[in-house]
Amino acid sequence: MKLLEYQAKEVLASLGIAIPPGKVARTPDDAAAACAELGPVAVKAQVPVGGRGKAGGIKLARTPDEARAAAAQIIGMDIKGFKVPLVYCESALEIEREIYLGFTVDRDARANILMLSAKGGMEIEQVAEESPESIARLYPNPWRGPLDFELNQLVFEAGLGEFSRPLTSLIKKLYRAIPELDAVTAEINPLVVTKSGEVIAGDAKLEVDENSAWRHKDLEQRYGGVLEGDPYEVEAKKRGLTYVALDGEIGIIGNGAGLCMSTLDLVQRAGGKAANFCDIGGGAKAEVVQSALAVILMNPRVRGVLMNVFGGITRGDEVAKGLVAARDNLKMQLPLVVRLSGTREAEGRKILKENGIEPGANAWEAAQKIVELTRVRA
Amino acid sequence: MSILLDASSRVIVQGITGREGTFHTEQMMAMGTKVVGGTSPGKGGTTHLGVPVFNTVADAVKATGANASGIFVPPPFAADAIMEAAASGIFVPPPFAADAIMEAAASGIGLIVCITEGIPIQEMINVKDFLRGYPAARLIGANCPGLITPGVAKIGIIPQNITSAGHVGLVSRSGTLTYEVASALSASGMGQSTIVGIGGDPVLGLTFRDVIELFEQDPATTHLVVIGEIGGTDEEHAAELLGRGSRLKTVAFISGRTAPEGKRMGHAGAIISGNRGTAKSKEEAFRKAGVAVAETTDEIVGLLR
Repeated sequence: MKLLEYQAKEVLASLGIAIPPGKVARTPDDAAAACAELGPVAVKAQVPVGGRGKAGGIKLARTPDEARAAAAQIIGMDIKGFKVPLVYCESALEIEREIYLGFTVDRDARANILMLSAKGGMEIEQVAEESPESIARLYPNPWRGPLDFELNQLVFEAGLGEFSRPLTSLIKKLYRAIPELDAVTAEINPLVVTKSGEVIAGDAKLEVDENSAWRHKDLEQRYGGVLEGDPYEVEAKKRGLTYVALDGEIGIIGNGAGLCMSTLDLVQRAGGKAANFCDIGGGAKAEVVQSALAVILMNPRVRGVLMNVFGGITRGDEVAKGLVAARDNLKMQLPLVVRLSGTREAEGRKILKENGIEPGANAWEAAQKIVELTRVRA
Repeated sequence: MSILLDASSRVIVQGITGREGTFHTEQMMAMGTKVVGGTSPGKGGTTHLGVPVFNTVADAVKATGANASGIFVPPPFAADAIMEAAASGIFVPPPFAADAIMEAAASGIGLIVCITEGIPIQEMINVKDFLRGYPAARLIGANCPGLITPGVAKIGIIPQNITSAGHVGLVSRSGTLTYEVASALSASGMGQSTIVGIGGDPVLGLTFRDVIELFEQDPATTHLVVIGEIGGTDEEHAAELLGRGSRLKTVAFISGRTAPEGKRMGHAGAIISGNRGTAKSKEEAFRKAGVAVAETTDEIVGLLR
């Protein structure tokens, strides 16, 4: 779960990290009121992607009227596919210097990496490319976390020795997001040193592991509904399905993530485009198949469905019967192509054929078939 | 011959009395895997599926000489079980899985296979650090289908009826895609030495590189199929290793060519971040290393001949 900026800042504040004064505004009037209270503010679109400044999602407002106008423009805007649900109005800081601080999971090292750089305010990927030596790195022991002397070394290595005390203490606070929140990425960029010498989080990114969501139900409750998600993803989640919305016209069902991904690839190779990724897991039980099919058919862009099931132990005839029943229960009219393998797959194919469902001999043939069928109807 | 698992492996199952544990232990036994016992805290002293059940992995190892374990426990319990076993199949639900892994390792198990999906990343980072203290313990998974040496033994959930004994080593991040390829190989008369599903999580036990190194040393393995997917750079590291010289005739396949950036495609580890972890970068790495890249799984058998 990727938190929005204001959410991440609330979490940082709860860990004891200083943040600038700010207020969430859901309407232009809220923004005007926030500006009246805080003075000049930056009105910032809340979306879980970078580049919102360039997209026109951040505007400065000196007066409540300006804040109202800015919020009216920004709320509801589309930024990289996300509809802006609200803005965050935040007081400007008197910046002395900008620092980068963050941690993430280094997949190669199978460890968390803490990074600190005097070059704040730029994309860290860009800094890593242009001047990798300017990023100080630490792999803390995951059981005990970073020790004081390790952090001290990190700070001096980054050339920020003059801020050793406040930085060491701040990094320890940020690191608490790992054991306490199961964070997999946290970034404060820029971390601002103000003219009066305070160290304040200018921006914040925080991503919490979805595998640990059961431990942090409060986060989901507080922040889960703010962004208007893809309606089919939302519905699929309710039904416990693994579903990812894509922008094509062919609905996809597969069992297993790798198989499902390779099915999307085959559809594209055949000249079509997938409308979704949907992994129904092993077994391909009839009620799960029906549930997945129901969600896929809710999407009006879908012109046909391809189902790719590799059975192994699963019986092909049972999967076929379940699928026919699901199609009939849902009164599905669109073309449906099924690639089915497993024990008794010949019987399964026969059942499909008798019921007017196209069986593909293999996944590639099935992909070509669904692309052809959906093209004819277009 | 084979890697990691053979007729001499003495296997215990952590979580043997659960529904999944029971079903898959029966399957493992049916193909001749030497399952010598299982664990289920509180059920020590009883018998399940004809083998003794122990409260702890340490007890099981002492009584049975187990050296492998399969973990079938729920996630927040699974990381700890890996640390207790030595060749243990772990079938424990996720809340307990990380603990199960550590229990396996600490009890002297050499081969730990964790099937459980959904272990929190930070717990796996803890497990990886813990395992440094037990260099003899090898972890496969988590979130994997396990491994099988066709006709001999398996730990995990790979269906044996789609496999056949032979000389192709198969290593993969995916479950059903592995079955699909194994099945195609078997149908065309190309048997497998060992099939290893390393799992779909971002922080894993054995990597492609680790498994490929083992296949290189196995005289019975002459061919190799690597099935990767988007996310991370493990495929690139494997390609680099193969590029330095290999005696294995190898074909690689990567799924997720059309996956969009920033979306998790089912597996926790299958995600492109920025421009990192793309199928293109992985395919290029293999081509650069002189490894044939299949564009569809149907092409794999032809390229391998």
